[in-house]
Amino acid sequence: MSGPLLEVRDLVKTYGSGEATTRVLRGLNLRLGTGELSALLGPSGSGKSTLLTILGTLMKPTSGQYDMLGEDLIGAGDAELTAFRNQHIGFVFQFHNLLPDFTALENVIFPTAVREGRESASARARGRDLLVRMGLEDRVDFPVANLSGGQKQRVAVARALMNSPELVLADEPTGNLDRASAIQVMNLIGEINRDEGTTFLISTHDEKIAATCRRQIVVGEGLLTG
Amino acid sequence: MLYALKIAIRYLTASKSQTTLLVVGVAVGVFIFIFMSALIGGLAEFIMARTVGDMAHITIEAEATDPALLLPAGQGRILLVQQKDDQRSNVLPTAAAFVPIIEALPGVLVTSQEITGSGFLTRGKLVQQVSIMGLEPAKVSAIVHLASYIVKGRADLLAGQVIIGQTLADNMNLTVGQSVRLQASTGIDASLTVTGIFKMGSGGQDRRQAYVSLATARTLFAMPQAITQIEIKLNNLYDAPATAARIEAVTGLYATPWTEQAAQLLAALSAQAQTGLLLKSFALLTIVIGIASAMLLSTFRRRPEIGIMRAMGAKRSFVLVVFVTQGAIVGLMGGVSGALIGYLVLYQFSGPGSFKPGGLPIDVNQGAYGLAILLTTIGAILASILPARSAARVDPVTAIGQ
Repeated sequence: MSGPLLEVRDLVKTYGSGEATTRVLRGLNLRLGTGELSALLGPSGSGKSTLLTILGTLMKPTSGQYDMLGEDLIGAGDAELTAFRNQHIGFVFQFHNLLPDFTALENVIFPTAVREGRESASARARGRDLLVRMGLEDRVDFPVANLSGGQKQRVAVARALMNSPELVLADEPTGNLDRASAIQVMNLIGEINRDEGTTFLISTHDEKIAATCRRQIVVGEGLLTG
Repeated sequence: MLYALKIAIRYLTASKSQTTLLVVGVAVGVFIFIFMSALIGGLAEFIMARTVGDMAHITIEAEATDPALLLPAGQGRILLVQQKDDQRSNVLPTAAAFVPIIEALPGVLVTSQEITGSGFLTRGKLVQQVSIMGLEPAKVSAIVHLASYIVKGRADLLAGQVIIGQTLADNMNLTVGQSVRLQASTGIDASLTVTGIFKMGSGGQDRRQAYVSLATARTLFAMPQAITQIEIKLNNLYDAPATAARIEAVTGLYATPWTEQAAQLLAALSAQAQTGLLLKSFALLTIVIGIASAMLLSTFRRRPEIGIMRAMGAKRSFVLVVFVTQGAIVGLMGGVSGALIGYLVLYQFSGPGSFKPGGLPIDVNQGAYGLAILLTTIGAILASILPARSAARVDPVTAIGQ
């Protein structure tokens, strides 16, 4: 592990107003180093998903500081955050969240194509390589609707890696998979983390999945408890 | 842009039945637009052909003059007041000399020197009052296309010949080849042979009008040199006011464009055009509302996907372009389909030139096909902007449901 990739300080996130105000994050501090493979643990409602959403620049905190790769992401506008997200952050969701009318390859290369404004040959080649690495070489041009749950999640992992991001945020990536598929996905994540030094932060309820990560971060009542 | 186009096309082809329905809906709207354009345009052309088509576009007559004052103003007692009337009984003594100059003016199609007046047609004990018009033999059909209305005989007018309306002929038991006596208001009469009988479908014309040659009219009205009017037809009848002004400037003669005499017809045509415009606007509005509601539904249905795209780094402008492009494609496809169907359907109609009673005077050439496609595409783009803007503002977190 080398220097910090990102750091959040005194992160507060509240929903609602007045008496209906809910404080989900209560001054949370977190530092993630480059190349870390971390599990984010905690009971439902502890603020795991909210933390991932803020780290993914999809939502702004109510207050606090968030720096990544030396950039202050709290003061950035929507267009800047969108470009930053596209280049430096990958996402893997619990329910794969692929574009249903597109093939596996088209889904994987989306982050690059949307940035370049076209599906370049180099993007297609990288997308194909990623799918091969995920063990989906015979499913490259399949519509994602025809893939199994495990295959869809592997396509989602490939998409998250398409732009070679420094950080991949995974929210319950194995929560919707059987044990065999879950192990397969986690093995792939571990392999990429080891080979490419990509930082992973994986939210999970599964102790066994968490045990495959080198660091366990526990969130409770909006604060880090472990 | 190219990638946004690909996504837009993929979304449209992914919901084939919905896209087809939408395109059909737009095509129907475009068809109505085109049908109305062809009908209103054809109707206007038909009305113009049936009215102004047989009218002079410009008439040169002697200007009405004020009655002469028999006493200097302020002297004596006035026992009789004669009001100025619009009867132009004056003749044009030298107007014929200007005819070559008028014919050389741009836009002038044909001129016709005429002598008009009234008289009586007598045959035995039968007497009928008639309006007499003397025409140059070579220009019998120059203004009123007399040849097309002839039901018996020919549209020839040599000296000693007369062409009369069918009602007049029936009233006087006359047919082609028979002789009749025509006495002008001057008291001069002539024995003439009926060479043709016409039927214009206008009661006044068919019952009262008698056409003679200019030479015969000169004898009847004792006008060896003068004429009473020159009628002019132009290449473009809407140039009449400008050309009339030019004729007045060049010749000093009093020229009246048809638009002054047919203000009500112009008002009716204008009202008809405005009605058509209103109906076409409604058709366009229907298209815009249809596309806007369909696009709104589409963006709502695809909210999760929009959220995914935003999370993957798609900018708001990209999402906007995807949905506006969808609207533009639907508008273009609907516009082209509607225009094609419109052309094929309207092509079956005979057109205002060969219009038959009971039919519609539709002019296939006035379908405004290009305009319909252009307006529909622009309308579709405008209709898509609002739903597309709402799609671009989708919060990815809420849309994905994470």
